[in-house]
Amino acid sequence: MKRYIYINDDETSQDLYCANRLSNRKYTLMNFLPKNLWEQFSRFMNQYFLLIACLQLWSLITPVNPASTWGPLIFIFAVSATKEAWDDYNRYLSDKKANEKEVWVVKQGIKKLIQSQDIRVGNIVWLRENDEVPCDLVLIGTSDPQGVCYVETAALDGETDLKTRLIPAACMGMDFELLHKIKGVIECPGPDKDIRRFDGNLRLLPPFIDNDVCPLTIKNTILQSCYLRNTEWACGVAVYTGNETKLGMTRGIPEPKLTAVDAMIDKLTGAIFVFQIVVVIVLGTAGNVWKDTEARKQWYVLYPQEFPWYELLVIPLRFELLCSIMIPISIKVSLDLVKSLYAKFIDWDYEMIDPETDTPSHATNTAISEDLAQVEYILTDKTGTLTENRMIFRRCCIGGIFYGNETGDALKDVGLLNAITSGSPDVIRFLTVMAVCNTVIPAKSKAGAILYKAQSQDEEALVHAAAQLHMVLVNKNASILEIKFNGSVLQYEILETLEFTSDRKRMSVVVKDCHSGNISLLSKGADEAILPYAHAGQQTRTFVEAVEQYSQLGLRTLCLAWREVEEDEYQEWSLMFKEASSTLIDREWRIAEVCQRLEHDLKVLGVTAIEDRLQDGVPETIETLRKAGINFWMLTGDKQNTAIQIALSCNFISPEPKGQLLSIDGKTEDEVCRSLERVLLTMRITTSEPKDVAFVVDGWALEIALKHYRKAFTELAILSRTAICCRVTPSQKAQLVELLKSCDYRTLAIGDGGNDVRMIQKADIGVGISGREGLQAARAADYSIGKFRFLKRLILVHGRYSYNRTAFLSQYSFYKSLLICFIQIFFSFISGLSGTSLFNSVSLMAYNVFYTSIPVLVSTIDKDLSEGTVMQHPQILFYCQAGRLLNPSTFAGWFGRSLFHAIVAFVISIHVYAYEKSEMEEVSMVALSGCIWLQAFVVALETK
Amino acid sequence: MEVEGGNTSANDAVARKIPIQSRRAKVFYQFTQQNLPACKPVLTPSWIVTTFLLMGVIFIPIGLVTLRTSHSVIEIVERYDTECIPEKFRGNKVSYIKDSTILKNCSLYLKVPKHMKAPIYIYYQLDNYYQNHRRYVKSRNDQQLLHGLKSNDTSSCQPEDSSNGLPIVPCGLIAWSLFNDTFKFIRESSELVVNRKNIAWKSDRNHKFGKQVYPFNFQNGTFIGGGSLDPSVPLSDQEDLIVWMRTAALPSFRKMYGRIEEDLDADDVIAVHLMNNYNTYSFGGKKKLVLSTSSWLGGKNDFLGVAYVFVGSSSIIISLVFMLLHVKNPRPYGETAYLSWNR
Repeated sequence: MKRYIYINDDETSQDLYCANRLSNRKYTLMNFLPKNLWEQFSRFMNQYFLLIACLQLWSLITPVNPASTWGPLIFIFAVSATKEAWDDYNRYLSDKKANEKEVWVVKQGIKKLIQSQDIRVGNIVWLRENDEVPCDLVLIGTSDPQGVCYVETAALDGETDLKTRLIPAACMGMDFELLHKIKGVIECPGPDKDIRRFDGNLRLLPPFIDNDVCPLTIKNTILQSCYLRNTEWACGVAVYTGNETKLGMTRGIPEPKLTAVDAMIDKLTGAIFVFQIVVVIVLGTAGNVWKDTEARKQWYVLYPQEFPWYELLVIPLRFELLCSIMIPISIKVSLDLVKSLYAKFIDWDYEMIDPETDTPSHATNTAISEDLAQVEYILTDKTGTLTENRMIFRRCCIGGIFYGNETGDALKDVGLLNAITSGSPDVIRFLTVMAVCNTVIPAKSKAGAILYKAQSQDEEALVHAAAQLHMVLVNKNASILEIKFNGSVLQYEILETLEFTSDRKRMSVVVKDCHSGNISLLSKGADEAILPYAHAGQQTRTFVEAVEQYSQLGLRTLCLAWREVEEDEYQEWSLMFKEASSTLIDREWRIAEVCQRLEHDLKVLGVTAIEDRLQDGVPETIETLRKAGINFWMLTGDKQNTAIQIALSCNFISPEPKGQLLSIDGKTEDEVCRSLERVLLTMRITTSEPKDVAFVVDGWALEIALKHYRKAFTELAILSRTAICCRVTPSQKAQLVELLKSCDYRTLAIGDGGNDVRMIQKADIGVGISGREGLQAARAADYSIGKFRFLKRLILVHGRYSYNRTAFLSQYSFYKSLLICFIQIFFSFISGLSGTSLFNSVSLMAYNVFYTSIPVLVSTIDKDLSEGTVMQHPQILFYCQAGRLLNPSTFAGWFGRSLFHAIVAFVISIHVYAYEKSEMEEVSMVALSGCIWLQAFVVALETK
Repeated sequence: MEVEGGNTSANDAVARKIPIQSRRAKVFYQFTQQNLPACKPVLTPSWIVTTFLLMGVIFIPIGLVTLRTSHSVIEIVERYDTECIPEKFRGNKVSYIKDSTILKNCSLYLKVPKHMKAPIYIYYQLDNYYQNHRRYVKSRNDQQLLHGLKSNDTSSCQPEDSSNGLPIVPCGLIAWSLFNDTFKFIRESSELVVNRKNIAWKSDRNHKFGKQVYPFNFQNGTFIGGGSLDPSVPLSDQEDLIVWMRTAALPSFRKMYGRIEEDLDADDVIAVHLMNNYNTYSFGGKKKLVLSTSSWLGGKNDFLGVAYVFVGSSSIIISLVFMLLHVKNPRPYGETAYLSWNR
């Protein structure tokens, strides 16, 4: 559905589309009670308890006081309703804060400060530097004369670099005053969640110049939750508002998560329910038969001769109520209680406090701790999660001389510093390339210091390093670039920029020295994209060695090169380049080809090595967790090479002889299909070999694979223990999580940026790293930790203990209620199958609450093995993953145990108290204390 | 025993950073770090063998003592429900017992096998009598028993809550079916004194049955159940009723009738004159008279002793089996080669 937006038209745009009001709330004040009750009653357990509670109101059949069921039931409902209400209230508060934020909007031609929630589609919104964008806008004006503005999209796609956005051609050159009065129509598609696409048209209405339709792309928009950077002001027309923005559509409602243990408990509860029904039917029928044959003779019971039809139901229903304690109502309360305690343990853990920022770990979702121990796949983001997201220039090799090898920091290398002061031409040239050959924008802060704004963190690192080596990039103004070197200012004119593409793997600039008028080509790029094009006379062996050496250290390498270009050669080439730039078909390929014509016979200057430091302990953590049988997938928006390098350096994949990396690529369906099949074939062959096989896939191929070859890709996913997915979008990350979940794997997603939010929400467990990319991920996640390495402790210690404890506690809860229930059943055999309860309400309640539920809470601090043992032998986690402690067969064990214990307790109490002291209350007390002793013994035996 | 303390070296650094002011703070710190001192028994083979052996050594003597005590109790059990029906009514016992015009006296002769020391407890025992039937158990009103007519709601007593439009005190099936056989004991033509006081629980007499509550409108209906009560005696003194109202858990049960506070010598012959009023014939229930002495363990019951001996001897056997297995097939403790992923 298309929408037509009338810019700045207060009348027509008012009510067509929703206001810019964010709402993440689930309930309103009015519908809270019915909706919440409805939700709670959609769980089987709750329906069951309600039915039992209602049956107990019929005094003819109830064995015990109805309050013994109604009390706990109401308590449980009240607790979970309160929790929901509290959560919803917090959501309301945060929505309110966002909605009431004040923004400048043009209304009736005048700029006014209004609340963000009152923005309407078609309004012109004004933003200042560092403002957050309140809704999706089409840019129409900025402070920059060339119509450019910079935005930070970290919250949207997780990339921290600045992106440039352009105002559409039609609005170019409009002044401040005119922008208030602008009128026009924007034609655009209905709201969707694709953050990389926006296809619209803009037509300005008279009196505003030409009548031409001006096309709009995503380049002309600034989306909600981005930040305006480096631009004094910008203004735009609101096109999507409220929950219809790209971000709002992406957000998706997080579903409540159910752990594997919960699912198992539900299943077991179902089994017990079936068992209970069988018992009830058998005993009920037997009871009715006994009543008709025997009870009529027992004159003291005084059964009436005539009875209503429902009398037949009375005995079965009595047994139903008698057996209803088989499913312990306390299980939910005590599980909720211990689970929140597990969560508290995570919050409290001093060993999981990030020492740098002092942020403790936090468990937002208190209900899923035990799932941590059952994780089979970890899907991790790269930048900021595995790495610190901080690039630092570490080493370099200039003209065959290695700098920084001794100290590990080239900036402090005496040899290099000496070379600079002595003015070695190679070194100077090298530094010039570092400072010039990039797209970094220097900006002066108010204090006078120079800040670099870069699209790529590597470039930023290089420019910073050059500045520290006295080659300071001072200013970039249109095409003139100023460099300060040892006090003198050098000026270059940038003639062309040959942009980086992932195919070319290099970028170059053609510059003209303003002083001498010489034209030169400066290039930098990956080794395989530079070294083959070195001029014939140069030996590149040392550089190859350097690259190899640096790669092994896990450093990101770039080769720098240059060559002089003759004036006429440049002129000739420039024409071709212009022509190529303006072609419409295969433009990228044509440009690449033209660039190739200039980028040859390069004089290689040297190699730089940049470190994106891995976080502390990442390789160890990954190794330990992989030993524990957990598979890792890396999903990153980054380039393939970088991803592979990081993967190598953090033990993610093994280097060549031991491991093998297969890649799935291709731009078209056929290509992807072929390479997918090839990879799958290799994968099938190598599964039996002790070889680490991983596959790499990029976003394009992934999209095609998921769309057309889902089955093959799923098989690949099952076969492969490791995968690297590069250039993936947030929604693809979520899709991959879905894929693994659909194969019944337990997934954990860990990430730190806004682009990981969806994956985190979709996964069984979402872990957010409260890192440099803001807190969105941490807020959306179930657990937030400060550093990746804490994941090890989170899973191996907290997850494992939680699983063990929950497994014990849940089965124990069933055990103790089955124990008492079996005794009731046995007793009914000697009480004429009439459904008499051996125990009275008070003692039943006391048994359930004081004697069993409270003491067993001790098991929440029970540890079967010490933390150190588990960390040393992560294989222990296999037990938890396979669910060895809570499954039908362990449960059968507990069932048998309770049956056996019930028989023992019953036989002993009946026989010891036979005949002369066989009063019912005494027997009941003896049996009860027998049960209490037995279960206490079990608790003591099972906790370690 | 493996003891895990709260001071592993890894935590030392952190512990030092956080000043531990008081004991409570320290305990809380240990709790939050899941680091409370704990002691965990490691179930090594020798441990298990010792434990089972010890269990056997303790249990068998206890069992033997218990058995001995139980055997020292002397018990006379005499079934009288069929004998006390005159020959001519044997064919139709129910009509005999229901016929209120016949005086149903009957005599039994019991021979004392061994010297019986006072006090000798007299019980009547009923078999196949379901006092624990749900309809029966619930048919009483504790409020009425304590407060009499002041408590009006007698719906729980149905179907014996009222007759002739007036409430019944005590109401309900239990009271209505009160046992009403009586016994007299004669030794060598002199009557043995049977103490029928203090046969019910003191707490029942004082707190559960009202001192001001007198039977009212009891056994006045068309259908008469068991015994009747003297309307001039308050419920708290009607000890037979109090004993009867403590319902039995098993379908065969004994209830106290009284105590003989004289010793009975071996070979004494005791004549019992009884009134056989109570109807157990319609459902084939047995009635028995029991005379029994008591020990510190109560009445005669071999079960406990046998159970102790059984458990004790089986744990000794288990310990022996374990010991043999361990000697034949020793396995070193803490050997990592046995871990499932190393095998």
